[in-house]
Amino acid sequence: MHADHSGKKQAREEGVIARKLMARAQAENAYAEGEAILEVRDLVKHFPLTQGIVLKRQVGAVKAVDGVSFDLHKGETLGIVGESGCGKSTVAKLVTHLEQPTAGTIRYKGEDITRLSGRALKAVRRNIQMVFQDPYTSLNPRMTVGDIIGEPFDIHPEVAPKGDRRRKVQELLDVVGLNPEYINRYPHQFSGGQRQRIGIARGLALRPEIIVADEPVSALDVSVQAQVVNLMAKLQDEFGLSYMFIAHDLSVVRHISDRVGVMYLGKIVEIGTDTEIYEHATHPYTQALLSAVPVPDPEAEEGRERIVLEGDVPSPANPPSGCHFRTRCWKAQHRCVVEEPLLIVPENFTDTAGDEPVHHPSACHFAAERASVMPPAEG
Amino acid sequence: MSLLEVRDLHVEFHTRDGVAKAVNGVSYEVDAGETLAVLGESGSGKSVTAQAVMGILDIPPGRIAGGEIIFQGQDLLKLPEEERRKIRGRKMAMIFQDALSSLNPVLSVGYQLGEMFRVHQGMSRKEARAKAVELMERVRIPAARERVNDYPHQFSGGMRQRIMIAMALALEPDLIIADEPTTALDVTVQAQVMELLADLQREFNMGLILITHDLGVVADVADKIAVMYAGRIVETAPVKDLYRAPAHPYTRGLLDSIPRLDQKGHQLSAIKGMPPSLLEIPPGCAFNPRCPMARPVCRTDEPPLYEVDDDRASACHFWKEMFDAR
Repeated sequence: MHADHSGKKQAREEGVIARKLMARAQAENAYAEGEAILEVRDLVKHFPLTQGIVLKRQVGAVKAVDGVSFDLHKGETLGIVGESGCGKSTVAKLVTHLEQPTAGTIRYKGEDITRLSGRALKAVRRNIQMVFQDPYTSLNPRMTVGDIIGEPFDIHPEVAPKGDRRRKVQELLDVVGLNPEYINRYPHQFSGGQRQRIGIARGLALRPEIIVADEPVSALDVSVQAQVVNLMAKLQDEFGLSYMFIAHDLSVVRHISDRVGVMYLGKIVEIGTDTEIYEHATHPYTQALLSAVPVPDPEAEEGRERIVLEGDVPSPANPPSGCHFRTRCWKAQHRCVVEEPLLIVPENFTDTAGDEPVHHPSACHFAAERASVMPPAEG
Repeated sequence: MSLLEVRDLHVEFHTRDGVAKAVNGVSYEVDAGETLAVLGESGSGKSVTAQAVMGILDIPPGRIAGGEIIFQGQDLLKLPEEERRKIRGRKMAMIFQDALSSLNPVLSVGYQLGEMFRVHQGMSRKEARAKAVELMERVRIPAARERVNDYPHQFSGGMRQRIMIAMALALEPDLIIADEPTTALDVTVQAQVMELLADLQREFNMGLILITHDLGVVADVADKIAVMYAGRIVETAPVKDLYRAPAHPYTRGLLDSIPRLDQKGHQLSAIKGMPPSLLEIPPGCAFNPRCPMARPVCRTDEPPLYEVDDDRASACHFWKEMFDAR
């Protein structure tokens, strides 16, 4: 009994050491911290709309992603926020090569991976893994947890030789805070939060450099959500991961992200560091989004301005001309109808806060800060 | 006299694996014009309590094992189903989370809204349709006259939720129960819908029970909050007091575990573990296995709802310590 226990402890310690060595090796061969590991340029994805059953002809296109550019730096978390239908999940699918883009390029460590296929694509995919939103439907109910987490090794046998897999899977379970003895259980025997840990373990299995997480905590209860967010932050430090964290919850995104991009109707309308976006937003859509997020503190809510937008998001099959946001924008003028604003650092920048100079790209002709969309800082 | 008073309600479900005790002695009150938020995570019994009040619980497998539901002076649990049916829709109405699955996809929204008037008030189709347009205008659906013949799938999520609200309001009930009314909506739309609901409540002086898991949503609309855990109310308080000084470790844990828009940190203080199975609720205080303050007494004695103040109560043996520790 006693011997068994200490043996297990030793095995676990070995696991920890192995993990640290692996992380260090990875960090050395990889890019230096802060360098762009993923460069996305002018990414476009149009889904054709067809009419007719036998003679299909294209009558239009849903412009899900309509010219998106961003960099993901080594070791950082880039948050992508936006409402349903803004194209944030399609961006995730394009980056992970689950969809082919209509136009644009994706570069991974300087190499163009947009049109890769076959063996070359397989090699790249090992380094870009995904964690899905719904832990109830993204795990096969007929497979044991061991098989689910071990499946990536079947596709990439070079990562773990056959005899070593069980140990590797148990180590992964340990890493994500699950009991390694649960290896033979099935998904239904776990709660939502535990299932999401399994999904994360599967994403980590191949030691990727980038993890694309699409709404990883939105299906979870708040008390469990915090556990998973903390776990993801811990794993990032431990393995030097770069995250692309896609979510509709601005509070969660701020918590985990270093930089944030705000999407509306297939475009990024504003991008910057978390302070730039949350404290010094200049795009009206970002301001409206921020002002709409409820804060769990009635006193902070008082004296806060709430911008209630009129109407709904237009259809991405037929977006407005010029600025996509103009139909719901209180600043809209004739210029917004005819001229599409570019995602650039605004020239006529007015800093109302006046405390620090802010220069981050915002796709608005009339970009300006607006006070009181955020709750007052605690004093 | 309160508009609605739930007293010591017990609801259980008989399942293959045993008896799941979903609600274990819940009591709350709502006055006309007042908003009560019932807060809890999945499985806390917040929706089951509401379903028992509405009388839409699935019986069996559900069973009301005890308690009273006094609505306008009458104990609803003693009324025959026929009588309760008259109250539903006319005196109290419910708004559900998922508007798309709550609306009939093969009937136009005008027909479904008009149904309220035809069934309850015996109006003709034509009158009912005119009423439907009026209702749609009241919940601020643009171009109501043109859209009255549209089907649910032709509306956006926010518009569908407005239709659900219109349907609940149709017969001007005294009490509205909204079960996660904005959970499925985007934030900007969520703000619109909450604002609409609050306006209409003021206009008609209705009692509103707002069931939610989101501490943020209720912060600026509710008057008082009841926090539920494992089928029990663990804390009730006026909104501001609850946020300022929670008197139960679970409430404090919840408040600490949500990331806030105006705060940036790296470690959220999560509550350890997970909610208990309703098939085997831990003895004593149901929260004790996850509680940072738990002591031996918490594992043996179930805490009653201690009176903390005139209008607040906490089901924690050590609520005083929580106040002193601040």
